[in-house]
Amino acid sequence: MRHATLAGLLLAGTALGTAAAAQTEVSLWYHGAGNRGEAETLDRIVTDFNAAQGDWTIVVESFPQASYNDSVVAAALAGNLPCVIDVDGPVMPNWAWSGYMQPLPIDEARIADFLPGTKGYWDGQLYSIGLWDAAVALVTRESTLETLGLRRPTLDAPWTGEEFMAALEAAQASGEYDYALDLGMAWTGEWYPYAFSPLLQSFGGDIVDRSSYQTAEGALNSDAAIEFGEWWQSLFADGLAPGTSQDPADRDSGFNEGRYAFAWNGNWAATATLAAVEDAVFLPAPDFGNGNIIGAASWQFGVSATCAHPEGAAAFIEFALNDEYLAAFSDTTGLIPATPSAAALTENYREGGALEVFFELSNQQALVRPVSPGYVVAAKVFEKALSDIANGADVADALDAAVDEIDSDIERNGGYGH
Amino acid sequence: MASKLTQSNGAGWAFALPGFGLIAIFIVLPFFFAFALSLTNQRLISPNPTEFVGFENYRDLMGLAVITLEPERDADGNAIRDEDGEIAYPRVRTITRSDDFPEYRGMREWFRWQSGENARVVIAADVVFMKALRNTLLFVLVVAPVQATIALGLALLINQKIRGINIFRTIYFMPVVVSIVVVSLLWRFIYDGSDGLLNNILAGLTFGLFEPRDWLGETSTALGAIMAMSVWQGVGFHMVIWLSGLQTISPTLYEAAEIEGANKRQIFRYVTWPGLRNTAVLVLIVITMQAFALFAQVDVMTQGGPLDSTQSLVFQTVDRGYRKQDISGGSVISVVLFLIVLCISLLQRWLTRDR
Amino acid sequence: MAQISADNHGLRLAVRYLVLILIALIFVFPLVFMMMSSLKPDQQLLADTSSLRAFLPVGDISLDNYRDAFARAPVAIFVMNSVIVTGTTVLLSLFICSLAAFSFVFLRWRGRALLLGIIVATFIIPFETIAIPLLLMVSQLPWIGLDGIEIGWLNTYRVQIIPWIADGLTVFLFVQFFKDLPGELIEASRVEGASWWQIYLKVVMPLSGPVLATAAILKFLIMYNQYLWPLIVVQQESVRPVMVGLGYFFQLNTAWGEVMAYLTVITLPVLAFYLVLQRAFIASIASTGVKG
Repeated sequence: MRHATLAGLLLAGTALGTAAAAQTEVSLWYHGAGNRGEAETLDRIVTDFNAAQGDWTIVVESFPQASYNDSVVAAALAGNLPCVIDVDGPVMPNWAWSGYMQPLPIDEARIADFLPGTKGYWDGQLYSIGLWDAAVALVTRESTLETLGLRRPTLDAPWTGEEFMAALEAAQASGEYDYALDLGMAWTGEWYPYAFSPLLQSFGGDIVDRSSYQTAEGALNSDAAIEFGEWWQSLFADGLAPGTSQDPADRDSGFNEGRYAFAWNGNWAATATLAAVEDAVFLPAPDFGNGNIIGAASWQFGVSATCAHPEGAAAFIEFALNDEYLAAFSDTTGLIPATPSAAALTENYREGGALEVFFELSNQQALVRPVSPGYVVAAKVFEKALSDIANGADVADALDAAVDEIDSDIERNGGYGH
Repeated sequence: MASKLTQSNGAGWAFALPGFGLIAIFIVLPFFFAFALSLTNQRLISPNPTEFVGFENYRDLMGLAVITLEPERDADGNAIRDEDGEIAYPRVRTITRSDDFPEYRGMREWFRWQSGENARVVIAADVVFMKALRNTLLFVLVVAPVQATIALGLALLINQKIRGINIFRTIYFMPVVVSIVVVSLLWRFIYDGSDGLLNNILAGLTFGLFEPRDWLGETSTALGAIMAMSVWQGVGFHMVIWLSGLQTISPTLYEAAEIEGANKRQIFRYVTWPGLRNTAVLVLIVITMQAFALFAQVDVMTQGGPLDSTQSLVFQTVDRGYRKQDISGGSVISVVLFLIVLCISLLQRWLTRDR
Repeated sequence: MAQISADNHGLRLAVRYLVLILIALIFVFPLVFMMMSSLKPDQQLLADTSSLRAFLPVGDISLDNYRDAFARAPVAIFVMNSVIVTGTTVLLSLFICSLAAFSFVFLRWRGRALLLGIIVATFIIPFETIAIPLLLMVSQLPWIGLDGIEIGWLNTYRVQIIPWIADGLTVFLFVQFFKDLPGELIEASRVEGASWWQIYLKVVMPLSGPVLATAAILKFLIMYNQYLWPLIVVQQESVRPVMVGLGYFFQLNTAWGEVMAYLTVITLPVLAFYLVLQRAFIASIASTGVKG
């Protein structure tokens, strides 16, 4: 009996060994190092995939999010990219244009019902696909709205700019809060263009002129943009919002502890808010004249140009697009699953789910950031301009400077292939 | 003047070669590479071919001009004044963005001064670089002497034989062993504008008279806050260097001075200080180099803000070269920084040369 | 009279200690804050930052943050990687740089001044400025390993070690120190027929305790705190060092308690290294009989 078991084990071992040897390794890089929930979900998909077919073995390498892009660019320079990379939606055109990614060889019928923000197109071709999208909402408490006597905005009738400012001033006047509005100024980096450029668009400006993508002149320093800038500056000058020196810990917990009346925050933080604040509500963006707008596109999967087995990479990506996995990611991260059918499987986005509202917020308000290889630089310039204006810089001069820098970058890059 | 005994070409090269070879391959060679990049339009990642552009990048960095703004005048030709009595001038952008002055295109105001009724405005092609240059020089000018002096004071203080002095040596050195990144993270809590420790301590010491400040959020205090933290973090290291210098001074010199009845100040002036010459050169040069490399503090604490008040040259190198994918632009700043520091260290060596 | 002077002496000693302790407080408080915070749950940690409670182990104290930090990231692997890379580099650096400095100070040979000039000039090059060219180089460098020749140094220990062995500052440190050594000693050994290698090993090195300790500490700190370089040349967790690992802890809703626990853990090896060196350092000074 003992012998039989041992022999069986040996046999099983050999069988496994040969099966593994027949599989080709396909490497995958992911930005979620240190995030246990995401890592477990990804591991589950990878394990399922490796077991479900005999051709490919996915090998995952994780990186801390803050330095992920630097790692990828360095690896690209050194010719050391993996097969599957995950890429932040607005960064994708930069990597595709630079020749570090190849078009994603999957059938587009497969992703027909995906949210628009999850599909990464550049130059007319699909390069990346996301398992989820993110959305931003104006977060507050039911009780705050009641106490301050504010109308509850809806997607069809969002707050106007005046209503929004009146709400902030009422919150400030109540004396109940450290600040009326938490914009998340502590989150330097991609948060600025992602969260704040839609507000600029609502005023009628933009980061670049999207008709040509060749200049920011007339978009980022237009009269509408200057009006946005003056408004932006007033938020800090009037003490309505904490400025660039905000402590990251305050950003994480300030609203939940009741120190801010409103918070402009993403749905990835919504589960924590719901856990801490019973009557939290998620409101649409205010409309400053050109519609209520929020950003779109989150992390997505794509295939590197140097990948020797794009069919293996595509097989994995396609496998990961199952509703089951979209739902699993959503449950761990709080982000919006890419399809309505996956949403029905999730805890938060199914009918009556706590975050269901975000599905429509995203669906009706979302606008992708400028789809251009130049976005990576423009985003940095935009971030600096907003920081400077928040700290009291002359609005027109700061925006002019940003326009000059963006334009000169576009010129030096030969128009970025548009 | 070398004696025959020490003339040894073969051994000399053999001993120096491993070190020199490694430095040549891993520092000198890449630096020449970086210099070459600064003469091109190379991007960090791009499908476009690299082109040689000569010194254009340097011109884009250094461009400076002075323009004169005349006051806006009313019908009688009097300068219009605002409610505070300040003369109203046309905006600089009416010149820098005008097609009448293509030579000023893209330039921005750096600073201005009053000249009669007119305002003279210095406009720069790259204001951020100019501010980074100014901040870096200021940082070096303040931090180098302050840190060197405090370090010497601490070294003298702990160079005494009393019980438990080793504990103090260790404690004074402790901030050095913690990475500057970690230190910067910790001090962000201390400098916090609303409920930071520093504000609370100062309020406590002045019985509430002190108005809390947003140390890293105000242009007037941000660079100073970073300087103070940098001195605090680095002073222990230089203390140790001073200490090793102090301990190479022969005790017989001190004994002789005491026999001759010298007081403490005289002993320091005539025995200690001359004995520290080589150490002083070392400390000064090391501190200067470290100060010029100011980066991590800025990166963690302020990102160059508020309003560029904490921009530094190395931060700009990284910001441009990596984050804005402008590797040639980043390289230009590196080369400029190298030349500045080279001049300063040559000057330092000349001033402290063996006479 | 004797009585008074004894009292006076006691008082002066007390003042000395008071000054020493006050200064010590200034230097130690952020580190105490770090260590105490690592024992507290996040909510309390943040609430405590505004008062003296930040420095006291009060409230809800536990080692939970350490447990969670080790669960979040392979902390032991990061620390081990850093210790291996740092330890190897320090040892090689001390040897190679002191050897070069020995040659510059004590030997006379053609090209010596030029080479020293170049070496000293290199230490004013901030690493950030050469990182990308260096990355392009090391990704193409060959290496002869057990499996024959391979191309590319990425994702190894050697890529984190070899470029950092020699640097201008360490050479300069040794040069400045060697200048103060009595030249007659070397001449005398030479007359007795000792080879240069023997003089380096038997005469100069035994006198170099303080500078070896200083150079070792400096190199240790630089190496242990490496961030940018490993970030761009290492893409595998198995060879990732501690400072890059810090990124694992900055997530949405950063767990500050875990950050503090991680910081405390990664600071301990450096502190231990310094304490060990300090003993050697002091011993070497004591042997030369310097007066306090």
